[in-house]
Amino acid sequence: MSTSTKHTLSVLVEDKPGVLARIAGLFSRRGFNIDSLAVGPTEHPDVSRMTIVVDVESSPMEQVVKQLNKLVEVIKIVELDPTASVARELVMVKVRADSETRGQVLDTVQLFRAKVIDVAPDAVTIQITGNAGKIADFLRVLEPFGIRELVQSGMVAIGRGSRSITERTVRPVPVPVPTAPPAPAAPATPAAVG
Amino acid sequence: MTEHPEATGPSVTGAQSLVKSLENAGVDTIFGIPGGAILPAYDPLMDSTRIRHILVRHEQAGGHAAQGYAAATGRVGVCMATSGPGATNLVTPLADAHMDSVPMVAVTGQVGAAMIGTDAFQEADIRGITMPVTKHNFLVTDPAEIPVKIAEAFHIASTGRPGPVLVDIAKSALQATTTFDWPSGINLPGYRPVTRPHTKQIREAVKLILEARRPVLYVGGGVIRSGASRELLRLAEFTGMPVVTTLMALGAFPDSHPQHLGMPGMHGTVAAVAGLQKSDLIISLGARFDDRVTGNLDSFAPNALVVHADIDPAEIGKNRHADVPIVGDAREVISELTSLLVAQADAGHTGDYEGWVDFLAGVKKRYPLGYDAPADGSLAPQHVIERLSAIAGPEAIYCSGVGQHQMWAAHFVKYENPRTWINSGGLGTMGFSVPSAMGAKVGRPDTTVWSIDGDGCFQMTNQELATCAIEGIPIKVALINNESLGMVRQWQTLFYNERYSNTDLHSKRIPDFVKLAEAYGCVGLSCETPGDVDSVIEKAMSIDDVPVVVDFRVHRDAMVWPMVAAGTSNDEIKYARDLAPTFDEDELV
Repeated sequence: MSTSTKHTLSVLVEDKPGVLARIAGLFSRRGFNIDSLAVGPTEHPDVSRMTIVVDVESSPMEQVVKQLNKLVEVIKIVELDPTASVARELVMVKVRADSETRGQVLDTVQLFRAKVIDVAPDAVTIQITGNAGKIADFLRVLEPFGIRELVQSGMVAIGRGSRSITERTVRPVPVPVPTAPPAPAAPATPAAVG
Repeated sequence: MTEHPEATGPSVTGAQSLVKSLENAGVDTIFGIPGGAILPAYDPLMDSTRIRHILVRHEQAGGHAAQGYAAATGRVGVCMATSGPGATNLVTPLADAHMDSVPMVAVTGQVGAAMIGTDAFQEADIRGITMPVTKHNFLVTDPAEIPVKIAEAFHIASTGRPGPVLVDIAKSALQATTTFDWPSGINLPGYRPVTRPHTKQIREAVKLILEARRPVLYVGGGVIRSGASRELLRLAEFTGMPVVTTLMALGAFPDSHPQHLGMPGMHGTVAAVAGLQKSDLIISLGARFDDRVTGNLDSFAPNALVVHADIDPAEIGKNRHADVPIVGDAREVISELTSLLVAQADAGHTGDYEGWVDFLAGVKKRYPLGYDAPADGSLAPQHVIERLSAIAGPEAIYCSGVGQHQMWAAHFVKYENPRTWINSGGLGTMGFSVPSAMGAKVGRPDTTVWSIDGDGCFQMTNQELATCAIEGIPIKVALINNESLGMVRQWQTLFYNERYSNTDLHSKRIPDFVKLAEAYGCVGLSCETPGDVDSVIEKAMSIDDVPVVVDFRVHRDAMVWPMVAAGTSNDEIKYARDLAPTFDEDELV
């Protein structure tokens, strides 16, 4: 699977009703494919952060960002460079494990530094976090035991280092209110030409 | 903020707060229809001395009227409707305004907050429905938010790339008691339109302009919206570069000007199409490389570099790669380009476009817009429009619907001034003409406003003649009656073996447009022969107190030429049926 067309966007949005619908609608009507989408609060109470993984070539990618930027409630968009950021997904998976296979399953859990979060006589539920590759590997190893149920979060990602993408963007910048006292009836027309 | 009638006040209803907010935003006219959910707002509206409410006959027409008002005046057009069907009837004008960047605010009533989501009577999720066709929209359930949302709506609609904003207000919020506080500032952290072009990009553009041998100024509707006609004239005259104006930009540059090549695109002039197609530098100002202009994109202007200036960054590079992108307001961009070009000229650097200008002048002369008079002596639609333009003159406003009559109005009316041509360019909304003319006439009451309409379009929105007659809005309608959905019929003639499936409207028989006009309290006139055209137009011009409808019964087989068939290259332009222009490329140095 090629990853060259996958782009990870961090999108800061105002935490307002309908903003997710606006973004989902934009992607759908412009024919952009979303691979994964995760939304959650940030350190600023009025700002939510979305991590969107988009599957497009690079030139339509520019359109994706520009169109997203046109949404009034979108404050900032940053494309995360995979080499300069950390990305994680979370999976909870229920695997068949009876007294005979449980030991092998638990070995796998240890090997991947995953975690058992629930146990039943014939199954265990495992939580694993990691990047897409690690999770795919883990599930491949578990597959032979029998996966009964699986749930996966969208990817969340953050840039490496000390810089923050939020600190400079959420300052209020008030603009004057529109106060259009009706102008004289005739608008400016250029002097007659010719 | 001393000009505000009242900055703060005692406790009021949400409805009173709405009316005060609209007054504070400078609204003088609303086109609308009341209904259940918006009813509370109509009560205080009745007492407003600053706002004239015009009761239209259909919400769609109210929306188009607001567009016409906005396009004619440059101010924000306002319409109002109730929830459910009232609001959904606004979807077409909102989509139209979105495509053509018309500043507009629509206020709709919504069912009470507690009922939202219950499939209540006349409930429709109009915010959800209009998300893709508005610049922004709001649902207001808290009465305290009404002033700030109205202020934000007008700010968003009128700044940056203009567009429609819908404010949906729950009936419970209109009925509730609240206080009115007009905000002193707006905080929209995600909305910061860039109007000032980047100096470096201006320098790059000027460099290309000076190096080019075949440049062309490709002017779009943005030049009209930003009021940059005067600046454009100076830039064009200073450099001598040829100019094409898109359908949305007619009037931005005088048709009579020798540098004007006309309108490009599917029904563009040969000179304008050639001017883009054979250029080595396109300077796009507030235009968006629409498919109706470019034809097949891969073969569009193959040797041209592109300077693309637009206030909306998303338009730049969307369809055609931009070698020099410039984000900014058209007026500021043009002024800065001109200043730098003047400075360069002072330093002895000017462009040399002489061979190119001569070549295009030759093309323009060889392939003027024209038409053949019907052999049977019947009325040519082009003749009607040509005479209308000559008699009503370039100070009048012309509003059209969509189809053949629209293209003829684009070709044969001579536009000299911005905001005198109002049409539905992007969405192509049939029925746009009469209501937009109504709105334009309300905004510019001292100007003659002609609706140039087709018989198909006219039958979609002519109920507004009643509004015009009753409200004292004396528009004039030139009905180009070819008893067909003419543009569709033209395609059937050219591409469907003359199989005229469902395009015959029989409208020389039904309805009787003269009687229809009279029934609506208008003057109805009719004209069938070329000899009567001038006198009937003059008669219509002489009537100033009531609307006039002239049924011009024209030849039905007239076609719009030139034409580039859909999806083909602009190189395939036909000047008339089976007649391709020839270019003497040797003339090009």
